[in-house]
Parts: sequence; structure tokens; C-alpha cells
Amino acid sequence: MDGLLTEAFLSSLFTGAIVAALPMLLAGLGEQMSEKAGVLNIGIEGMMLMGAYMGFLVAFKTDSLWLGFLGGILGGVLVAIAMAVLCVRLGLNQIVIGIGLTLGAEGLTALLHHFQFSRSYPRLPAPERLNIPGLTDLPVIGPSLFGRHLIVYIALLVVVILALLYRRTNLGMTLRAAGESPAALDVAGGNVLGVRVFAVLFTGAMAGLGGAYLANIGAGLFVPFMTGGAGFIGIVLAMLARGRPFWVLIGSLIFGAALSLTTALQVAGSNIPTDVIQMLPFAAVMLVLVLFGRRAKLPSALGAAYERGAR
Amino acid sequence: MTMDNDINPTSVDPEANATDATGAATERSAFQRLMTVTVGPIVAAFLLSAIILLLVGINPLTYYGYILERSLFSGLGLEQTATRMAPLLFLCASLIIAFRAGIWNLGTDGQFLLGAVVAAATAPLLVGVLPGWAVLLVGFALAAIVGAIWSIIPALLKAYQGVNEIITTLMMSFLGVLLASTLVKLAFRDPATTVPQTRTLPVEDRLPRLFDTTISSGLVWGLVAVLLVHLMMTRTSFGLRLRMVGANPAAATHAGLSVPLLTLATFGLSAGFAGLSGASEILGVAGNVRANWNPAYGLMVIPLVFLARFHGVGAIVLVFFYSALLIGSESAARRLGVPQDFTLVLVASLLICLGLGEYIDHHKRKKER
Amino acid sequence: MSVALATETPTNLSPQKGAGVIGVHGVTKRFPGVIAVNNVSLTIHPGEVHVLLGENGAGKSTLVGILAGLQEPDEGYLSLKGQKTRLASPSASLDAGISTVFQHSMLVPTLTVLENLTLGAPWHERPPRVAIAARMEELKRDFALSLPLDAITGELSLGQQQQIEIARALLRDSKVLILDEATSMLTPQGAEELGARMQKLVQSGLAVIFITHKLAEAYRFGNRISVLKQGALAGEMGPEELKGMSEDQAIDEIVRLMFGREAGATSIEHRTSTARAETVLKVADLSTQGDSNVMGLENISLELKTGEILGVAGIDGNGQKQLAEALAGQRALTGGRVELDGEDISRASVAQRRRNGLRYLTDDRLSEGSVGAFPISENTVLKDIGQPPFWVNGIERPQRIAQHARDLIKKFSVRTPGETTPIGRLSGGNIQKVLLGRELSGEARVVVFNKPTYGLDLQNIDASRQRIAEIAGNGLGVMLISTDLDELMALSDRIAVMEGGRIRGIVENDGTGEALRLRIGRMMAGEEEHKQATA
Repeated sequence: MDGLLTEAFLSSLFTGAIVAALPMLLAGLGEQMSEKAGVLNIGIEGMMLMGAYMGFLVAFKTDSLWLGFLGGILGGVLVAIAMAVLCVRLGLNQIVIGIGLTLGAEGLTALLHHFQFSRSYPRLPAPERLNIPGLTDLPVIGPSLFGRHLIVYIALLVVVILALLYRRTNLGMTLRAAGESPAALDVAGGNVLGVRVFAVLFTGAMAGLGGAYLANIGAGLFVPFMTGGAGFIGIVLAMLARGRPFWVLIGSLIFGAALSLTTALQVAGSNIPTDVIQMLPFAAVMLVLVLFGRRAKLPSALGAAYERGAR
Repeated sequence: MTMDNDINPTSVDPEANATDATGAATERSAFQRLMTVTVGPIVAAFLLSAIILLLVGINPLTYYGYILERSLFSGLGLEQTATRMAPLLFLCASLIIAFRAGIWNLGTDGQFLLGAVVAAATAPLLVGVLPGWAVLLVGFALAAIVGAIWSIIPALLKAYQGVNEIITTLMMSFLGVLLASTLVKLAFRDPATTVPQTRTLPVEDRLPRLFDTTISSGLVWGLVAVLLVHLMMTRTSFGLRLRMVGANPAAATHAGLSVPLLTLATFGLSAGFAGLSGASEILGVAGNVRANWNPAYGLMVIPLVFLARFHGVGAIVLVFFYSALLIGSESAARRLGVPQDFTLVLVASLLICLGLGEYIDHHKRKKER
Repeated sequence: MSVALATETPTNLSPQKGAGVIGVHGVTKRFPGVIAVNNVSLTIHPGEVHVLLGENGAGKSTLVGILAGLQEPDEGYLSLKGQKTRLASPSASLDAGISTVFQHSMLVPTLTVLENLTLGAPWHERPPRVAIAARMEELKRDFALSLPLDAITGELSLGQQQQIEIARALLRDSKVLILDEATSMLTPQGAEELGARMQKLVQSGLAVIFITHKLAEAYRFGNRISVLKQGALAGEMGPEELKGMSEDQAIDEIVRLMFGREAGATSIEHRTSTARAETVLKVADLSTQGDSNVMGLENISLELKTGEILGVAGIDGNGQKQLAEALAGQRALTGGRVELDGEDISRASVAQRRRNGLRYLTDDRLSEGSVGAFPISENTVLKDIGQPPFWVNGIERPQRIAQHARDLIKKFSVRTPGETTPIGRLSGGNIQKVLLGRELSGEARVVVFNKPTYGLDLQNIDASRQRIAEIAGNGLGVMLISTDLDELMALSDRIAVMEGGRIRGIVENDGTGEALRLRIGRMMAGEEEHKQATA
């Protein structure tokens, strides 16, 4: 296994890590806001998948990746609307509905894909990459860190914006109140259901965008069930990040690197079967949960529907 | 971290966990309740799915009609339906234990596959070494053990660190499915075939068929499993302890029960039954495991268990109809060109409609009191 | 500080009849099976502390809920400064100038004080720290409210948390402040401070609505008293009337309004002791581990005789519940010993202690003591799962359980359709009876009661207290943990006072009334009692 430290290997490692991390990052950021507000959003995998499908569909039909991203956001939000109405507004059990929405999105997208693309399996053209003069030319890290599609940098910007919003404005406080003591927020005149609906829709948008990235840039096409647990990993990231968007970023990079490591090893010539490659991120997640699971602090009212004056 | 009681499976319908023999008088007749909570959601789900079919250009009447005809109105179809019930029944047993005890075991797919792989790997090797019934027994036993082992990490994390089992069991499921496939391709591979799969257990060594039919006797074992679990949960002290933990862990501690130990027991039993489910599929029907095979029954059984309100007999009835659906849709995939993924849509509709049904029932009950 | 009785303090604003700030007009509110508020009309005037007085279940909380915007009346309406108005949500109530401090803290424990003060503000704004700090200085001057803005709310004392809620009301320039059972978490001295603060607030022009079930407080802190009985207004005593009465006269009148009979009949007489010589429970240097949520116990030592009632006083949250749990076996000891009838049970399990006769009746009837969805019959044997005769070889014998339950229901007069009814459907009092029956079945030697009369209506409270006295009379040892000092003083032989996880002192209940009450109050605040009455 020579050539381990060659440019090709390292470059592919970094690139792979970022490309794999991005969907999980977006899912994690979205889920983090939901969880802060007290909603355990199991349907996030379905939101991501719907975003992948819609993102691909729109990009394919309009030949525009950016419209594709918008389509992805829309797809995620559509599923999120169902979640908001059923779980936040009506108060149905968040787990049952979450599983239902995920399975439903899986089935629906697979069905739609079958009837539209199963014969043709179209692919999207390779995405445009950013070219920052000077930075992109750095050896090894240049193309991988600074030569990605613009959406990656927008996602990083979202991390910063969220961190600022949570810390500096009342948004963070209101979300946390909705998640910890919704009754206290209600009595103080805040809008518990409104905040939760907003959080859930935001999750849908983020997850949908992540799905669209996965389909349009990561793979270049849509395959049924292609998210493969990335949305659920987003839940883990949100659980462990203790309310800080920055930690979601770090976590997603770690898991992305786990996934990318084995692919890069394949590039370097070693012979690891695909199944083992795909196992790594989940094994990494379990390891992290075993080590740090106890420290995950979840809001006290997580998962419970809020009903004013419930007797 | 605190586990809020409301994301406990028993919170979907708290009274499902009470002893079923109470006959507690409800203001609305039992029939009305049954309609709202069980029959209504089923009908609504079929209607909802019919709309989806229309969306993709399929006539739902044709589709549903075909499924019925294929699975229930033909002799062979009925036998296939009955055979398909076996693994689903074991999974019902698994989930009834878990949900009544307040545990979301969402990892049954991984536990199922690993149980299947272990049974598939060992049984062919034991033929001739042990008498027929012992081969099957060992296969089942190993499958149950492996399934239970696969749930140890989530079990310990939940029991002693309070880590949410929804996420841990889901992750272990993904891991388990991939591990099973790797094992089939590498460790347990049948050298004689080109397609990666385990050695095939000869038909005569599998679970015997019932009488003259093609129905596997796995069906009988599945029925026994569900009924035993039902009786255990409703009539024994152990079952009451599990139900208490599910209904009110604080009260369980107050009454002197060890919630961590009971949690571990719940995981072990539930995952064990999931492993048995996998074994029943291999030892009874398939004879081997092909790489990348994953029927993913685990999550699909969830709405059935809820609709049956954790009741054993109700679950059996619903499993029968669901098996029919599976058999019919498999055939429909070939003949009508509607992929089997449609069953996912139906399951999703069932989950959403049963959630709505509970909501309507809850509100009607509140209005009456 | 000297206590200024409300009736003697002049106010700046003389309340004019009819021009009250808030009017309640014929308000009725129904819930399934009960009329919580029945055609109540009253007026809240600025410059007054208006007391809403009634026993548990009289409708006070529902009325508060309506004023706070949590529910809307089924009949009748509210008015603001004479204009008919609708308070459809907490925001509407706040906008109308009404701030409510509920019985249970409505603060978010993980947020800072500053954040809790600005809770409910629009999300895109930043907390106006400078402005708030400036106003807090004003409030400190005017009302002695002193709060550290950056402290985590959950770490402050309950008294301080209450101050946060009051400060929040003032920051919003509220015209009406509602305090619901605000003294239940305070020492007697703390209650006096609150009373004084309320007077200061109304002097500056606010109206304060003070909800309580304690008769003495109503007289001492209120300018006007409205008595609620079973959801209806039983009578009102205005400021002029109250000024002309002494405390005893006022209490007599209130009792007459509430129950239609003389105070003497309900005043709790001091129970004659039935303590014997034999020690049934001995606790030596008991310690437990505390953490961020729960108080740790340190070197608890006490003895309980057969036939004795040992009261345990203290502000809620000072380790009383942990003591009960440690005695029952639910909480592990880090040191010390527990002996029951001379036998060391420090390592025994909950089930073993129960079999040996140590019983524990928890205050959390539904969230800990029983399983609401289970039928009464199962709840009566919840602590004996697997034991014969109810289980044989692990298999349940439903008939025997049902019969046992029926016997219990009869013996304790539980009002229920049958033993198969889910226990969650019963009223608080009846659930308590079932739990009591459960704890007394078999050979009980010691019963630990944690707040047994909390939340019950007066009839059930009386009945419960009688039962407790009976139990002691039958030779059992009783430990009575309670936040109701009147109750403790009426029933106990001796009273132990807990604060900060320690016992600050154990005193003989010698019937000295006020003096004893003050001693206990000081211990509840943390002062050590150097004269300990040990057995």
C-alpha cells in the first residue's frame, strides 16, 4: 500500500470528506434547531430523501444546479410541513409520524423514480467548481478545500450565521425555552407552536438542501434510498453538539472523513469491499455514542407535544 | 440526559398497556372505539395510498383487486401468504415485548439479518452431524443469541447511561445489515456458486411443511411465539414488571423493581425474537442468504403492532392481511409493473392514519368525561 | 423586620367603587365532570391586595388561569377599565397589563436571569441588557428586589426565583400582579417579607391578587378578601370591614363563609400523644449522594418510637424526599445505618424493607405511586409483584387480586365504579386512599408519609389526618413529612426540621404555638438548634 501520502490520496481524502460531510452537516444543523425547540425529528431522513429526489428532478429538467438546490429545499419543506401539522399542531406522537414520513418518502420517491427514470437513469453533468486564485492552487488542500462548489461555502456561512443568531439574539433563548419549559414560554407571551413550526420547517429546508447536494453534486444522479442513514446521522450530530453549530461542523467532518478514508484507500490501491466502507461511519457513530453518549444534553421537553393548560 | 416519558411507545395509546381482561367500561362502545382506532385508520390508509397510485398513473382498483386475487383467492396464493406470516409473526412478538416495556427497538432489521446469516451459515454444516430437528434447533438458538448480542450496546447505553435507544438501535441496524452482507460475501460464502450467497440448506432439511401444503411449519412456531409473548405480558409477574417499566419507570423504581435490569432483559428478548424471525425465513423457506438481501420487515411491522394495540390475537389477524399484501405486491411488481416500494407508501399511510385515529379517539374521550 | 398588617397601612390611591382595573362578570368555566368556576363576579381595584381565598378545588386556580389568558370562560366575560375584553392567550393577558406568578415556577431553569426576564420578546431582537440593568436598579431601590443578571436561574433559591417573576412583571409595567399560592415555598419569615413587598407594590398603584388557602395570611396580607367555595363566590370582605376586625374575628367570619360553621369545629386540635417506649426505627448518621438535581443528605440521625408521630418540617427541596427514599430503599446510602425493630436494613432492598414493615407513601401519587393506566386492582399489588398469593410460580391469579382490591376499596371507602377502573380516573383523594390501603396491608410497622394531604380538599384532608392519628394509635411508628406547619403542629409528637440536607433540630411539640413556630421557622432557614430534643 504505497503511495499513501501522495497528492492523489490526500486530495481525494479531503475532497471525499467534505463531499460526504456536507449533507450530514446540513441535516445536523437542521435537526439541532428542531431539538432545541423540543421536537425530535425522526422524519429528517425522509426530508433529505425527498430533497434529493426533487433536487435532482428540478436540476435535470431545468439544467440549473441552483434551481435544483431550491427544488431540494422545497422537497424537504414539503415533508416538514406534514411533520409540523401532524406533530406540532395536532400533537401526534413524534416517533410514529417521523418513521411514517421517512418510510413514506422512501416509498414515494422510489415509485416516482421508477416511473420516470428507471429506464433512462440520467446523470447530471459535473458541477462547476470554485476557483479562488491563489488558494485553489495550493498543493493537496487547494483543490479539495478551496475548489468545491459554491454551495459548500454557503453551508459554512450558515454555520456562522446560526452560531451568531443563537448567541446574540433572542432566537436561541426562545428556542431553548420552547424545548426546556414550553409552559414558561407560553405564559411569558411567547409562541411555542410558532417557534416549533419554524424549527421543523428549517430542518426540512436544511435536510432537503443536503439531499439535493448528495444527489446533484455528490453522485450526479438519484438512486432510491440513496441517503442511506445520513439524515439519522444528522440526529446524532445534533444530539452530541450540545447546542453549538460549530460542533455539528466538526462532527460531520469526522464522520465524513471516516467514509472518505476507505474510499481513498481504495484509490490508493487497497482492496476493501464496499460494504465495509459503508459500515465505517456507523461504526464511528456508535463509538462516539458509547464514549460521549452520556454527555448528550437533550432538552427536557423533547418529544412531548405542548398543549396549553393541559390537565 | 432525561428521557421524557412521552416518547415512550406506550404513550401512543396508554390504555393499551393495561391488562386486557379488565373490560373497563368506556363511555363509547367498544365497537366505536375499534372503528376509530383500528379499522378507520386501515381504511383511510388504503384510500390515501390509492391517491398516490393515481398520481403515478395506476388504477388503484386494478391494483388492489389484483393483490386480493393473487394472494387470497387462489390456493397457492393463500399458502404463500400463510408461509410469509412466519417471520412477520416473530417480529410482532419482538415488538410487542419492546413496545409494551417502553422501548423503541428500531434495530430489528439488523437483528433479523444477522440471525438469518448465522442460521444460514451453520445449518448446512450441521446436516448429517446432528439429527434433523437438532440442526434446526441449533440454527434457531444461534440466531436468537446473535440477535440478542447485537442489541447489547444499545441496551447498556439505555439502561445505564440513559442514551436514547431510537438512534442507537437505528445505527446498529444499518451496521448490522452491512455486516450481514459482508459476512455473506466473505466469511460464509458458498464456494460453489457464482452469485455470492451462503451454502444452501437442502429442502428436505428445512422446516417441514404442514400436511400436504407448501406452507412452512414456521407459521406454527410464529403463532406460538406471538401467543406466548402475549400471555407472558398479560398473565405473568415478569410481564407485569416489563409493562410497569413501560408505563411508568418512576413507579417501577418506587415499587422496588430494577429498571436497568428489566431494560436489558427487554432488549435481549426483543432482539432475540428478531433473530428468530430471520432464522425462520432461512430455515423454513429460503435455505440460504444472498448478498444484499434485506426484506426490511422490521419497520413495516410497527404499525401492525400499534393497530392491534399490542394484543397478540389482533396482531395475528393484521399480519395475515399484511402478508397477503406482500405476496400480492411482489407478484404485482412483475405483472403490473408497480414496484414493491409501494408497500412502503402503504405502511407510511398506516402509521400516519393510526396516529390520527389515536388523536380523534383521545379527543372524543376528553369531550365525554 | 416589623410586620405591617395590611389593614393598618394607608394607601395612596383610594379604591373607587365600580372603577376597578379588572372586572370579572358572571364567569363560569366547566371541565368534564365538574363546574370549576360557577358564576363568579368580582372587581379588582388598584391600590389593594385582593385575596382570593378557598380550599383546594374551590376554583381559584381556574380563575387565575382565566385571568392569565390560559383559558377562556364558558359564560360571562372579563372587563378592563370598564371595557369588555377577551383574554384569549397569555400574550393578550400580558398586553392587558396582567402578570401572573404561578404556583409552579414558570421560569426556564437553564437560562440566565436576564434571559428569563426578557422571555417572550421577539426573536430577532437582542436582550436590552443596559436598559434592563438600569431598571433593575430602580426596582432594587423601590422594592428590595436584588437579582444577579447572569446567574443561571435553576441555581438560585426558590425565593429568589419568585423575585425574578415579580421583577419581570414590574419590567413590563404591569398594572395587575397575580400571585398564586406564592408562600407555599417560603419560610414563615419569607412569607412576611412577601406580604410587606405586596403592600409596597400596591402603594405604588398596582393591584395585587393574592391566592391562598391559608386563612391567617389572607387577613394579614390582604386588603380585600373574596372567599371561593366549590367554584362560587361565598362572600366578600372589603377593606372597611377588615379594618374593624381582629385576626380571630376575621378568621371566624371567613370560616363561616367557607363552611357555614364556627371555627372551633375545624380548628385542628393538638393530638394527644400515643407514643410508647419502644424504638421501632433508628437512623444513625445517614448520608446520601447529591447531584445537580437532588439534595444530598448529611449525617441524619433520629429515632422513632412505636405509636409516635415524628413530623419532618422544612421548605420543599431540602432533602425530605431524599430522606424518605433512603429509608424506603430507593436511594443508596453513602454512610450511616438504618435499623428497623433493631435489625439493620441499610442494605436491604425495597421489597425486603417493605416485607419487614417499612412502608412509604409518596407525595407523587400518579407519577410515582401508581400507574395511571392500570386498573385499581393491579395498583393495590404493585409493590408485591410475584408474591403469593397473588402470583403462583410467576403466573398471575387475577381473582385473588380482584378480591383483595374489593376488600381494600370497602375498608377505605374509595369512591370508584369498580376495581377494574384505571386508577388515573379517580380523584386525588381517592387515589390517596388506595395508596394508603396498599401501604397498610400486611404487617406494617413504620409508615413514612410524604405530604399526604397536599392537593386534597378539606374533607379528605380531615379524613387523612384522622387516619394518620389512628395509625399511630394502633402502635405503628409514623414519620410525617409535610410543608404544612399547621398540620405538623397538630399531629406530631416531635418535629424534626430539615434544611440543606441536614436536620437542624428536633423539637418537642409542646403546644406553645407561636414561639414554637418561630423556632421552627428559623431552623427552616438554616439556623441550627442547639437544644435538640432527642429521645
